[in-house]
Amino acid sequence: MGRSVLLIEDEPNIIEAIRFLLTRDGWEVDTHSDGTDAVEKVRAGRPDLVILDMMLPGRSGMDILRDLRGIDDLKTLPVLMLTARGQARDREMAEKAGVSRFMTKPFSNAEVMTAVRDLVAQASKS
Amino acid sequence: MPRDSLTGSRIRERRLISGLRQADLAKQIGISASYLNLIEHNRRRIGGKLLLNIARVLGVEPSMLTEGAEAALIATLREAAADAGAVQAETDRADEFAGRFPGWAEVLALGYRRIATLENTVETLSDRLTHDPHLASSLHEVLSTAAAIRSTASILAETGELEAEWRDRFHRNLNVDSRRLAESSKALVRYLDDSESGEARRGVPREEAEALVAARGYHFPELETGAETPEEVVAADRGLASNAARHIARDFLIQYQSDATDLPLAPFSEALGRLGPDPLALAATLGAGIPQVMRRLGAMPEALVPGGVGLVICDASGSVLFRRNVNGFAMPRFGAPCPLWPLYLALSRPLVPVRRRVVQLGRSAAQFDCVAYAWPQGVSGATEDPLYQAGMLILPVAAGDTNESTPREVGSSCRVCPQQGCPARREASILRAEF
Repeated sequence: MGRSVLLIEDEPNIIEAIRFLLTRDGWEVDTHSDGTDAVEKVRAGRPDLVILDMMLPGRSGMDILRDLRGIDDLKTLPVLMLTARGQARDREMAEKAGVSRFMTKPFSNAEVMTAVRDLVAQASKS
Repeated sequence: MPRDSLTGSRIRERRLISGLRQADLAKQIGISASYLNLIEHNRRRIGGKLLLNIARVLGVEPSMLTEGAEAALIATLREAAADAGAVQAETDRADEFAGRFPGWAEVLALGYRRIATLENTVETLSDRLTHDPHLASSLHEVLSTAAAIRSTASILAETGELEAEWRDRFHRNLNVDSRRLAESSKALVRYLDDSESGEARRGVPREEAEALVAARGYHFPELETGAETPEEVVAADRGLASNAARHIARDFLIQYQSDATDLPLAPFSEALGRLGPDPLALAATLGAGIPQVMRRLGAMPEALVPGGVGLVICDASGSVLFRRNVNGFAMPRFGAPCPLWPLYLALSRPLVPVRRRVVQLGRSAAQFDCVAYAWPQGVSGATEDPLYQAGMLILPVAAGDTNESTPREVGSSCRVCPQQGCPARREASILRAEF
């Protein structure tokens, strides 16, 4: 069974680039661009990892993350947060909310790929 | 050790800088090396011809040896020591340090002043970033587009065998994103430069009006003499782009002119010279209201208030309506100031003057005497609720003035205030996280 990633991001060309990279690496990639129903999308899709943008239309990535951590079987789901806001306070807030990895834009493709592989590998061991 | 008794230390320091041996200097000025040694260790007083000779050989002005470092340098060193928090510096030996190591003392003072300047920059930028939604969204747009370009370009550069369809698609994406980045960057620069004339991209109207008043040094000679009207001053200013800003500036200048008519510059400055910038004494002497005197003090040219004077006026909501900055006392450009300012205490005690000595946390250790007063706007009817404004004069305390007990600690705004456990805190400080 293929490993799956849900990419929640509203920037079309970032979606396209990340989808291309992950697909070539053997991942099954689903995407979603709206924050409003993102939690439902995660619950329905049950991905191995979520890549979550912090600033989304409808609802912030931080609120979505808090909701995910409030759901029993999603408490340990690896979440890689992408953000253009790199202030220490934002990082702190994300860590408190239970983020698995915090990455600021513009990121490198290698960083994203490494983070995805590491986080899913760690989750499968635990 | 008093400064004038450190002449020997300064001679020693200057001699070492010149690379002269003690014996060589002693020989050149015709005294024994052991006597020069006593002088250099401040165990013999020195003056007259001997001092002149030493200064000549060392190539310095005699006053450099007798007076040592400038008072301002020593004051800055003391401020730096006071700001160092837990680190205990030997403040009682600042004179000696500056005298013996003038170069190092200057380096330390320069560093301290640079930190203060950088703190101001951080404060302004972080306030702007936090409270300016347009700037935050512009930056987000620029960074997101840069992320898309970086990721796409990496794929094109690093993927060996890329199908033609994908390659063409990524080229198209790059083209679109690079145009977007160019546009959003230009828009951001225009916004930061504040150079575009459209109202939507400029600062808030009150900022435009404040910029006019600040650019004129808070003083308008043409209104003092009646040579021009407020409308003419506003019409002549090109910086007022929006109608709202012109209205605010005109209302401010109408009030200015009215105050200048009631309290003309000549008698006011004469009383100011005699009584100092004390709004209560000036109001009593001139038979004027305290608010009017405060506004007049805030409109005086720098030359008439040598130590500087700051003024901030707010309405009953606490929103700042006017500000005149004074060196060393930070007022946030965006967002609400520290609620511990005496200004806000005055709002809770209308018509009762409040005087407090304060020091701002996280800044220089400079102290300020603040005089605050709240007054009703106009005359309200029996069935109307009065509207209040409050003003606070901020007067730098002269060095060495220790008349007051411990000054009250206040901040600039929560965002840049390091005070922990403050009951008035509204939001976390960036200083605790990053400094």
